[in-house]
Amino acid sequence: MGKTLAEKIWAEHVVSSTAGEPDLLYIDLHLIHEVTSPQAFDGLRLANRKVRRADLTIATEDHNVPTLNIDKPIADPVSKLQVDTLRKNCEEFGVRIHSLGDVEQGIVHVVGPQLGITQPGMTIVCGDSHTSTHGAFGALAFGIGTSEVEHVLATQTLPLIRPKTMAINVEGTLKPGVTSKDIILAVIAKIGTGGGQGYILEYRGSAIRALSMEARMTICNMSIEAGARAGLIAPDQTTFDYVKDKPHAPSGTDWDAALAYWQTLVTDSDAKFDKEINLNADELAPFVTWGTNPGQGLPLSASVPNPADITNAEDRGAAERALEYMDLKPGTPLKSIKVDTVFLGSCTNGRIEDLRSAAAVIKGKKIADSLRLLVVPGSARVRLQAESEGLDKVFLDAGAEWRSAGCSMCLGMNPDQLKPGERAASTSNRNFEGRQGKGGRTHLVSPLVAAATALKGTLASPADL
Amino acid sequence: MEKFNKHTGTAVPLRRSNVDTDQIIPAVYLKRITKNGFEDGLFAAWRNDPAFELNQPQYKTATILVAGPDFGTGSSREHAVWALQNYGFKVVLSSRFADIFRGNSQKAGLLTVILAQEEIEKIWKEIEAKPETSVTVNLESKTVTYGSTTLDFVIDDYTRWRLMEGLDDIGLTFTKIDQVSNFEEKRASFKPKTLPIR
Ligand code: SF4
Repeated sequence: MGKTLAEKIWAEHVVSSTAGEPDLLYIDLHLIHEVTSPQAFDGLRLANRKVRRADLTIATEDHNVPTLNIDKPIADPVSKLQVDTLRKNCEEFGVRIHSLGDVEQGIVHVVGPQLGITQPGMTIVCGDSHTSTHGAFGALAFGIGTSEVEHVLATQTLPLIRPKTMAINVEGTLKPGVTSKDIILAVIAKIGTGGGQGYILEYRGSAIRALSMEARMTICNMSIEAGARAGLIAPDQTTFDYVKDKPHAPSGTDWDAALAYWQTLVTDSDAKFDKEINLNADELAPFVTWGTNPGQGLPLSASVPNPADITNAEDRGAAERALEYMDLKPGTPLKSIKVDTVFLGSCTNGRIEDLRSAAAVIKGKKIADSLRLLVVPGSARVRLQAESEGLDKVFLDAGAEWRSAGCSMCLGMNPDQLKPGERAASTSNRNFEGRQGKGGRTHLVSPLVAAATALKGTLASPADL
Repeated sequence: MEKFNKHTGTAVPLRRSNVDTDQIIPAVYLKRITKNGFEDGLFAAWRNDPAFELNQPQYKTATILVAGPDFGTGSSREHAVWALQNYGFKVVLSSRFADIFRGNSQKAGLLTVILAQEEIEKIWKEIEAKPETSVTVNLESKTVTYGSTTLDFVIDDYTRWRLMEGLDDIGLTFTKIDQVSNFEEKRASFKPKTLPIR
């Protein structure tokens, strides 16, 4: 019987395999940032160990760095300590780092692809659950905890039990105004936040093939919100074209060898997935979450659900709690919900295409008086690219704030946070209670919906303008 | 890592599903560079609420957390495990754990035990009625016991052995380091490197 893509990549990276034990898997690339690495480097020092492959490791500062006045020292002393610690650790262990102010600095999952060190067929890990983003290239990429970060630093391997595989088939054509963010929000609403637990997801079908690389990254990014540690898409011409001109892309005969290998990276026609889910792209509409987990989402044209209508007791309880936290009444049309802040950014939707599509909606208009729009490019390069295209002016003229790169309000670890009770439309990936600031309320949306909402002041898609 | 064989203690009910890692420990508490001191951030958003289970005097000394389904979803922060351990928890019972959280807990020596949701419901009722109920989690016999009830749970033999021996994964991998070197010799030359910088 044939193999699925995930099984192929897995098999090629097994260093050692013993029945009854996890496989020992070789790791091709290890991405590092300031929040989940200090204890790992400490562990190395205590055990007198080295970083085995500094040449397969790269660090960037993203999670808690400020997005304003980045030329000044970091004001928050605890954040500063964490960033300084990363810098010291990288220096001591010989790890490449892109620090604040460096053109390659940015969110770790934006930086890898733009440098071209994210390539098909690789195993990629990072102490961050959205490492699944890199799966868009046909790589096996997943988030790990700090103990595992230490393990990879020391040995360039990880002991892992192979997950099962699930196909997410999305056939058809997306309607204008519907994006890959809406696909993944619909997938999560369908299978639930635990639906992918124990699986590697493979996104397949004509609607996926038609997506750009960046749109594919948005989908794979949120695999973790569906409960899966990894999600991937078989590489194709779109992938190869994207990688080709990047700084770390293979060149000359290496390119030919790489390409020949990458072309084998597909699920065999006779392979069997452990589970399959089907979605019709023609039926999808702009999606928005109303609750406090990413599975609590509905088309924008719908109304806040009534928990009493939910039969599953567990889901009903969660919905009741969510509506209380979100301060929403059942039956309220989602489009009537007033928003205080719009956040455009994060590793889900902070790439250049996201900024372009939002800017196209906003161009020449003003954002609603009552609202602030925070635009945070995913990396310093994305910021520069946007500025060279004049997008910064589009946003600034509309009344938005144009910031420097980082995770920012996606997790509210730096000063960019919601105030208690404040409501946000956010292009990020998590609407958990307090995720974007204590007491803050989050509605997850696509960049198009974010832009339209910023203009209108209430949740809206461009078609509503 | 400390060896885990058996633990007996009282338990606290956490009747909520989908308790994600942002609830277990919010991002603003992640700025420490050590593995201890995270207990003050544990369930931070709920800790000021006197009705919150952990704040009720009868559960103050509990060492076993009985959580709702999908516990530990969200980010990969191992700080969530450290926070639970720093606070004093040795075991978490739930009907479903998020994968990364479960992996992290097994690395750090926090035992996560999966029981059917109806059993969790029964334990909740028992410890709500009698908070002093003593609960024993025995890794050797793979059982959870309270009152006259004994429940079996499933855990893979390898993880169980590691936890019982208190073995560190890195040390175990170093026993296979020659195989890692052999693997590296055969890796394709086109695979990207981060150094030198291009
Ligand atoms: S942007 Fe948000 S989800 Fe992405 S790496 Fe940063 S904190 Fe994590």
